[in-house]
Amino acid sequence: MSLWEYANPRRFLGLSERLLPGLSVLSLLLLTAGLIWGFFYSPDDYRMGSTVKIIYLHVPSALMAINGWIMMLVASLVWLIRRHHVSALAAKAAAPVGAVMTVIALITGAIWGQPMWGTWWVWDPRLTSFLILFLFYLGYMALWHAVDDPDKAADLTSMLCLVGSVFALLSRYAVNFWNQGLHQGASLSLDKEEHVADVFYVPLVITIGGFVLLFLALVLLRTGTEIRLRRISVLINRGRMT
Amino acid sequence: MPVLGKYAVTVLSAYGLSLLFLVGLVAWSYLRWRGVKAELQRQEDSQDV
Amino acid sequence: MIALLQRDLRLATRAGGGFGLALVFFLILVLLVPFGVGPDTAVLAKIAPGILWLGALLACLLSLDRLLALDWEDGALELLATSPLPMEAVIALKALAHWLTTGLPLVLVAPVLGLMLNLPGAGYIWLTVSLALGTPTLSMIGCFGAALTVGIKRGGLLLSLLVLPLYVPTLIFGAEVARRGAEGLELATPLLLLVGISCGTIALLPFAAGTVLKMNLR
Repeated sequence: MSLWEYANPRRFLGLSERLLPGLSVLSLLLLTAGLIWGFFYSPDDYRMGSTVKIIYLHVPSALMAINGWIMMLVASLVWLIRRHHVSALAAKAAAPVGAVMTVIALITGAIWGQPMWGTWWVWDPRLTSFLILFLFYLGYMALWHAVDDPDKAADLTSMLCLVGSVFALLSRYAVNFWNQGLHQGASLSLDKEEHVADVFYVPLVITIGGFVLLFLALVLLRTGTEIRLRRISVLINRGRMT
Repeated sequence: MPVLGKYAVTVLSAYGLSLLFLVGLVAWSYLRWRGVKAELQRQEDSQDV
Repeated sequence: MIALLQRDLRLATRAGGGFGLALVFFLILVLLVPFGVGPDTAVLAKIAPGILWLGALLACLLSLDRLLALDWEDGALELLATSPLPMEAVIALKALAHWLTTGLPLVLVAPVLGLMLNLPGAGYIWLTVSLALGTPTLSMIGCFGAALTVGIKRGGLLLSLLVLPLYVPTLIFGAEVARRGAEGLELATPLLLLVGISCGTIALLPFAAGTVLKMNLR
């Protein structure tokens, strides 16, 4: 059974809504487990004190902010190439989720940075890049809402996502060039030295897992809503014609 | 409660705001889903008549 | 092709075509900056490259919605789509016309405005060079944004929202060249990156914008 079977909206609705309850429960479990472990049972960092606990929200949300956009990019490409409506609607559905993840990453980043760096906002390359990403998300969502014809909207937003991705990547490097930055190195690097210490690592991975499943569940849920909205407008138009 | 010490406000506000956003997002998505599902049902029923 | 270019240039420069508005906006902005940040010449000298770049960028942004909307409204775009000229070429020509009537004048006026902001001596040449290299890119990116929003009523604000994030890399490197030039620092890296972005954008975006315009014309 190929994945493309679920390009059919009815099949997609059927499968996604069968998966949702289990997915939601699993996501909630992982999130609760990871956050409780991290919040109550992990130590303080010798430099950052108890603020290190913010990592369990900041890192997963930042990861999902980026991966959300990547998912939208892939879905947009699928729409442009194979014209599966479910794909286009999945991209539309994912955008607000990714945008909220970006906001959470920005807020937790700013709050975490305040005692460390002394100000509520610094033009650190990573934070700045996330702010730019947030603007890309907003533009994408605004374009969906500005265009009346749904297929045209899908086309235009897919192109925006494509071109936007290139410029988002360029911006990342430009911003790095522009300001060398205060942000610490990668938290999950494969390089042992940059890696966050193991005591933090396990609950972090668990919360990341929770966030990933939450993202998936929300996108499935919201895509279902978009599919139904399309169906409603088709029915209304049909009703008008008869 | 772990000893958050001087960073208590920092950590709690970060957690509080994040959870607020997450819960808000989930609630909004779910309520919208439910509303649209009902609306579709209404539309399909009125057309079947 | 030349005919198309000439037509666009003529349309932009005739009365009511909006030519010169971008320049006036640029001037007004530069006038407002000291009111906003205070008349301290040391401060102004420091921020001059950035302000001039921002001013040019915003002035460019302002004139974008005229770029395609007028032709869209009177059906000229549909005609152009059916012509033997490929859409990418049409787009590229429109972007060129936009640059010639908006970007290029801004580049020429910028040094004069630099005088008002106490731009350091070494900065003039690099300001001009960076703007000359960067403004065509701004026109091209703007053309892409205009193609996206061409069918949307009162899409000017949305156009700005879409285009401004796309302007970030060009602004960063362009302003960096201007700033380092003014301070006498080594600027090969940002210059090369600016050139790279400009070349890439001008070579590839016409295809994206052409595709988008065809989507809108369907």
